[in-house]
Order: sequence, then C-alpha cells, then structure tokens
Amino acid sequence: MMEPVLLANVHKENSHALAVYEAAGGYRTLRRTLKEKSPADVVNMVRASNLRGRGGAGFPTGLKWTFLPEDHPGPVYMCVNADESEPGTFCNRVQMESDPHQVLEGVILSCYATKASTAYIYLRYEYPLSFKRLTSAIKECYEAGYLGRNILGSDFSLDIYIHRGAAAYICGEETGLIESLEGKRAWPRIKPPFPAVEGLFRKPTVVNNVETLACVKHIVERGVDWFQSIGVPPEPGNPRDPGSYGPKLYGLSGHVNRPGCYEAPLGVTCRELIEEFGGGVWKGRKAKAVVPGGLSTGLLSEAELDTPLDFNGPLKAGCLGLGTAGAVVLDETYSMIDFLHNSCRFFAHESCGQCTPCREGTQWALEMVRRIKAGRGRLLDLDLLLEIGDSIGIIPGTTICGLADGAAWPIKNAIGKFRGEFEEHIKRTNPAGYGITEPVEAVDYRKWVDKGRPSPERIQIA
Amino acid sequence: MSTAQRILTDEIVNAVKAYFPRYPTRRAVVLPALHVINESLGHVPYRAVVELAELLELAPAEVQDTLSFYGFFKQDRPQGRTRVWVCRSLSCAARDGEDLLEYLCRKLGVRPGETTPDGRVSLEEAECLGACDFAPALLAGDTLHKNLTRERIDELVQSWK
Repeated sequence: MMEPVLLANVHKENSHALAVYEAAGGYRTLRRTLKEKSPADVVNMVRASNLRGRGGAGFPTGLKWTFLPEDHPGPVYMCVNADESEPGTFCNRVQMESDPHQVLEGVILSCYATKASTAYIYLRYEYPLSFKRLTSAIKECYEAGYLGRNILGSDFSLDIYIHRGAAAYICGEETGLIESLEGKRAWPRIKPPFPAVEGLFRKPTVVNNVETLACVKHIVERGVDWFQSIGVPPEPGNPRDPGSYGPKLYGLSGHVNRPGCYEAPLGVTCRELIEEFGGGVWKGRKAKAVVPGGLSTGLLSEAELDTPLDFNGPLKAGCLGLGTAGAVVLDETYSMIDFLHNSCRFFAHESCGQCTPCREGTQWALEMVRRIKAGRGRLLDLDLLLEIGDSIGIIPGTTICGLADGAAWPIKNAIGKFRGEFEEHIKRTNPAGYGITEPVEAVDYRKWVDKGRPSPERIQIA
Repeated sequence: MSTAQRILTDEIVNAVKAYFPRYPTRRAVVLPALHVINESLGHVPYRAVVELAELLELAPAEVQDTLSFYGFFKQDRPQGRTRVWVCRSLSCAARDGEDLLEYLCRKLGVRPGETTPDGRVSLEEAECLGACDFAPALLAGDTLHKNLTRERIDELVQSWK
C-alpha cells in the first residue's frame, strides 16, 4: 500500500483546522508558487502531469485549462464542482469535511494558474458538515491572507464563495451547474461553446472537481515526475490515451466488511480494493456484482473483478468508465432485479426533463422494471429495455448531456451480464407472460405482406 | 403594499441582500435567497416568490421557474420542525435502508413526502446522501445519522421534538 497523500491529514485531530493543516506544511506550496512560478508554469506542470478529472469524465485537466482564451479581458471564473451526487460516491465529502484546506489550497493554486478572480464552490445541500467546515476554512484563509486582495503580498487576488445546491443530481453536470449558479433551472447547455470559452455569466469558466483540485496542489508541490510515478502509463500504441496517473480516492460501500474512502494508485483492481482495503465481502459471502465507479458506470460481474480501476479498465469490461470510482459491492444474495429497479428509479427521478429521449426513456425503463419486479414481466421487456439503453444518451447522439448514458449503462450491464437471472425471475413470477417475445401489434403489417400486398419499403414512388 | 402585509421580514430581506455583492447578476441570488426564505419560513409560498422577484428585479415567473425545478422547495405549507431525509439509493438499499424507511413510516404514521399531524417531522426519501460508507443513513435537519438500526431509529424518533 502506498503512503497516503490525499488522505494524509484526515485522521488527525482537528484535521479541518488551519493550524493543523499549516503544521503539516499546508499553504507552503501556495506561498512558494506565488513567489517563484508564473500562472503559465502551473498550467504547464498540470498539463505535463496528464492529470485527468476525478469527477467522472476523466478529461485531462491541463488541457481543459488551455482552452481558456489567452487575451480575454476577464473576469475568468472557477467553479468547484462539489455537487457529489452519484450514488456510491462520497470521497469529496470526506475531503471537504476532514481536510478542507487541502481542497482550498488546490482551488487557490488553480485559480492562480487560470487567472480566475472569483471561485464558486457549488456544494450539494445534503452536505451540511462540509458547508460548515468549508465556511470556517474560508474564513480562516481570509484572516491569514490566503484569500482576498493581494494574496501574500502578490498581485493575485481571489474571492471564494460557497453556493449551495438544492438536491438535484443534474447540477453536477458542468453546464447544468453553471445554469443553476446563474439562478435558472439546471438544464445542461448544448456544447460548443464550452465553458472555457463561454461559461458562467457568459465569461470564460473552468469547472473542476474537488479531488482534481486537491491533486493540483500535490502536483505543484511534488512535481510531475512524482505524479507519474504513481498509476498506469498510457497504453502503448494508443496516442490518444493520456494514461491513468496519480493517487485516487476510491469509495467502497455496499456489502463489504469495511466500507470507506481509500486512497490507492490508479489501477488498483476491484478485487484488491474489496479484499485488501474493504476486508472482503461481508458475512463470508461472495460478490455477485460490483458497481465500479458510481451507479451510472454499470456493473462488473464476479468474473470481472480483476479489472484494474483505471480510466481504461472498466471500459474494457463493458462499463461506462471509471466514473467517480465509487465502488458498490453487491453480494451473491442480492437481486439484480432490485439493483436495476433502484437504478432506473434514480435516473427517472433525476432526469432534468430537457431532452425527450432521456425524460421519456428513463421513465419508460422504470415502468418496465417495476412491472418485472412486481411479477408481471414479459421476456420481451428485456429486449425493450436494451433497446432503450441503446437509444438514449450522448453516445447514440440523442441527448445534450451524459445523464442518459449513465441511466443506460446499468440497464445494459444488468441485463447483458445477468440475463439468466432476469429470465428466471420472469418465468417464476409470470409464467403466462414468460413466452411473450414479440410486441403486440394493433395492425399486423406482416399479414398484409403474406396476402401479397407490398410492404411500405417496396412501394415505388414514380 | 405596506410592510405589514409582507411575508419577507426585514431580516430575510437583509440576509438576501447580503448575497448581492457575490454575484454580477441579481438572478444568481435566486437559489441562495430561496434557501434563506425556506430556512426562515419552512417553505416558500407563492407570495414570497412574488416579493423575492421584486427584490431581485425579476418577473415572478422567473423565480417560480427556478424554484419549481428543485423538488426541494415546498410551497403549500410549512415543513415539519425536523426534515428527515432517508437515503434510498443503492448502497443504503443494499444494507436494508428500505426496510428502515418502512419502519420509520410505520413509527411516524406518515408516508414519504408527508408531515406528521403535530408538525414535528417531515419525512422524505432522498437520493444518495453521499454517506455510503455509513449505510444505511438519514439526514435529520443538519445532522447525518449513520449505520442505522431499528433501535437507533426508535431513539431518533424520541429526540425529534
């Protein structure tokens, strides 16, 4: 096991207090950076490190920053995405509650790099303790001169404000977050323009996750070589892979003996996470399936547990990606029908309603899974569910944001990897409906063809 | 309108105005302002929406449009003195969170979304509270209650006055 970096302070007494953070060398990096490095130096370091966003999409952070227009009169805004709402995900909460100053130092350094003069921390409402801890940490920073005008005697000035959400998952999508911050419904925007060009209040804006910004602090402090000594290098022969470098926080929950937030190098396998960190599956049972990185990433089956949890591993196992690295273990007794019902209910509830395929698709999927769960399922429903899964989201190109992809993956993986269990459930609970594999047609067009009438495709238009 | 008829007290108005310097637009104050009103009145009735719109130089429809997006803000009547959110998402559900929700419903005599007749508790189902490491969990007001059992729920129900 590696020496923890992101979690180095969390077990100390009063770990959230400025004095404790400073005693461990906190804000020294900020002090040195403001004296010795230009904003461009910091951007270049982050870019060279190949740091990828920890919030779910894994986009290279340095690259995102370079999309900011260079000669813009400003202001430039930083939005800290602390709307951690993905089921199974809680490590940002641990960071904000137990080590808020580490997050803030990362935010301040990142604002220096991107020349942002105002940062908004978009914090989900359900984290009252994070709100309390961040509020007092920000106050301490202003008093110590780490925030406000001319920070530590430099030309750099920065204000940080906390903006509390109101229990809506979609606010974690970066342009949904921006709309919500502007006081509107959190409807994601069509991109381009990307936020770096036209974001909050139509100004250049960077949106980064809490853990990503904490990583920035350590990259600036310890250097690119240190960061790249941890994790997984790019795949040989794949020039588009930036690799999976750095330490990562993994949230482990569900049916394990020791749920918790654990720090490991990117690329730890799912099995190692469960066995070495989580103390194994609870009650001496075996795992049936594991959600690798937050509900929207789908499922790994027991046979896929040696999948490395880096940015490529879950993808190769047919999942949506690494996501937020919130792993939820489900033991051999847990019903996949219950899993899918829980998942479909979540996404139907959280669809923002802007795009029809997502609004209707998630609801329709939920209705079908409800029916299956209630013992009125038909075999046909499984195919219909897969059809919905294939037709909603950014990947099929039918929605503005990725929420629907996140709704689709649990459907695809649950039915794709555990179809037998669904078929058995339908057969047992609804023998009459079990055999229904074809849709019911009010008008059976096939009969027309049988009678010699041309099918619509064969009608020639002169 | 005379001040006597107003729903938004001077205290609320001043708390809302304190947010103005933080944002370049008044509209961005909508969400913080709704929280201020909700915390003070226990809900955000339509009259408050109209008064807030006036304060923020917006049309009432603009405020209402934002408010209605978030299921968080209730408009018809004040919420109970303690707002209890029981997590129903995967990690909690896998650790019998739904059974505990049922137990709590029976104990309080209300369904999720309802308030006890004595106004003590408003019970709600929550999506992932981000407390999966302590599943099953609930949030009562500003306090997160972790690793719940029936016995613990008995104690909590007693403590909600």
